[in-house]
Amino acid sequence: MLFATLEGLKRFKIPHDFEVVSIISLYAKWIREGRLKLDPSWNTEGLKFTVQDPCKLVRQSLGDPVADDLRFVIKQVCGEENFIDVWPNKSNNYCCGGGGGAIQAGFTENRMKHGRMKFEQLHTTGADVVITPCHNCHTQVKDICKYYGGKWQTTHLWNWIVKALVR
Amino acid sequence: MTEIDLSPLRAELKKHFLKSMPNSNLEYCLTCGLCASGCPASDIEGMDPRKFIRYLVLGQDDLLKNTNWLYTCSICQRCEYACPMGIHVGRFVYELKGMKPKELRPKNLQKSCELQKEGNSTGVPNADFVWVVGDILEEVHANEPEWADLKAPMDKVGAQFYLNQNAKEPTVEPEEMVFLWKILHAAGIDWTYSSKWWDGANYCLFSGDPKDWEYVTRMQAETVDALGCPTYINTE
Repeated sequence: MLFATLEGLKRFKIPHDFEVVSIISLYAKWIREGRLKLDPSWNTEGLKFTVQDPCKLVRQSLGDPVADDLRFVIKQVCGEENFIDVWPNKSNNYCCGGGGGAIQAGFTENRMKHGRMKFEQLHTTGADVVITPCHNCHTQVKDICKYYGGKWQTTHLWNWIVKALVR
Repeated sequence: MTEIDLSPLRAELKKHFLKSMPNSNLEYCLTCGLCASGCPASDIEGMDPRKFIRYLVLGQDDLLKNTNWLYTCSICQRCEYACPMGIHVGRFVYELKGMKPKELRPKNLQKSCELQKEGNSTGVPNADFVWVVGDILEEVHANEPEWADLKAPMDKVGAQFYLNQNAKEPTVEPEEMVFLWKILHAAGIDWTYSSKWWDGANYCLFSGDPKDWEYVTRMQAETVDALGCPTYINTE
């Protein structure tokens, strides 16, 4: 998790000679520079995409700029008109309920209750695909979809980048 | 005559936090409830961020130390984001998780951290990680001629990017790694994995001991620096 490293290096003043960067912002940069060429024309059926902003990555680490990059990349992948945003979003987004070790801690019923707001928020978008860059979010968003009877597909971002990739 | 329990008046936790976290703004709470109204964990275990702060200020120490809400609140910090007084609710939750004796913490959570301190959160041997990466790469080479030149470098000194891989992929769904490799390859990126401290997760952030969190971060940092990579990335 990027936050654990980024915040850990800062908080414990750990000496290091490298820079910590989000791969999402790099995807966006590489697309803008033409190093990655994506074409959304594969999406002939108009699959609708939405996104889960990871709390630790967005609100607690890099803020809205990384959330904007995330949206930029998704739109490059699925086509601008096929992205439906959640509300509230970016730094003001709701937690999915899977963070903080909740998945390992074992209070599953509580975790599902925690995820109810996230389910309703995602369900309201009507999206077919929910992109979850964070692994905890990924597991939780998949679990609440099943628990509350959602129909979306929960995936990482990388699968779709490769799908839209032009070589 | 019934003896009255005066211990809550002592509010030991509050005293402790005011001293250990003088910037936490604990006493500024207006009880407005903005925190609770936007918290998806409100009402679970009879708790919400506003109540949590009230209990703390009013010295209900035992209740706070024992509530399972500590493991439902994800320290997402939305309450702090909404709080007009800048109260760091999440930091109290984090501290309380750390105050709990290890043997009373959720077993799997603590175990993930203990394994993390040995190298990765799943306990998979480093050699298995290296093997899985090589095996999956071979499969791609054999089955996808258009990706015959795909690479998954291991311990490449001086690579531009150091990639930490979440342990879930090599252990549960190794084919997911291939997407990432393809993207990096297509963009012409010079990158490497490491054969040790390769797990991008850090469960010690969640178990509550800053020392454990620090140790894992330090080991990861030393690994990147030993390889001389100027940029650290992981999967998000």
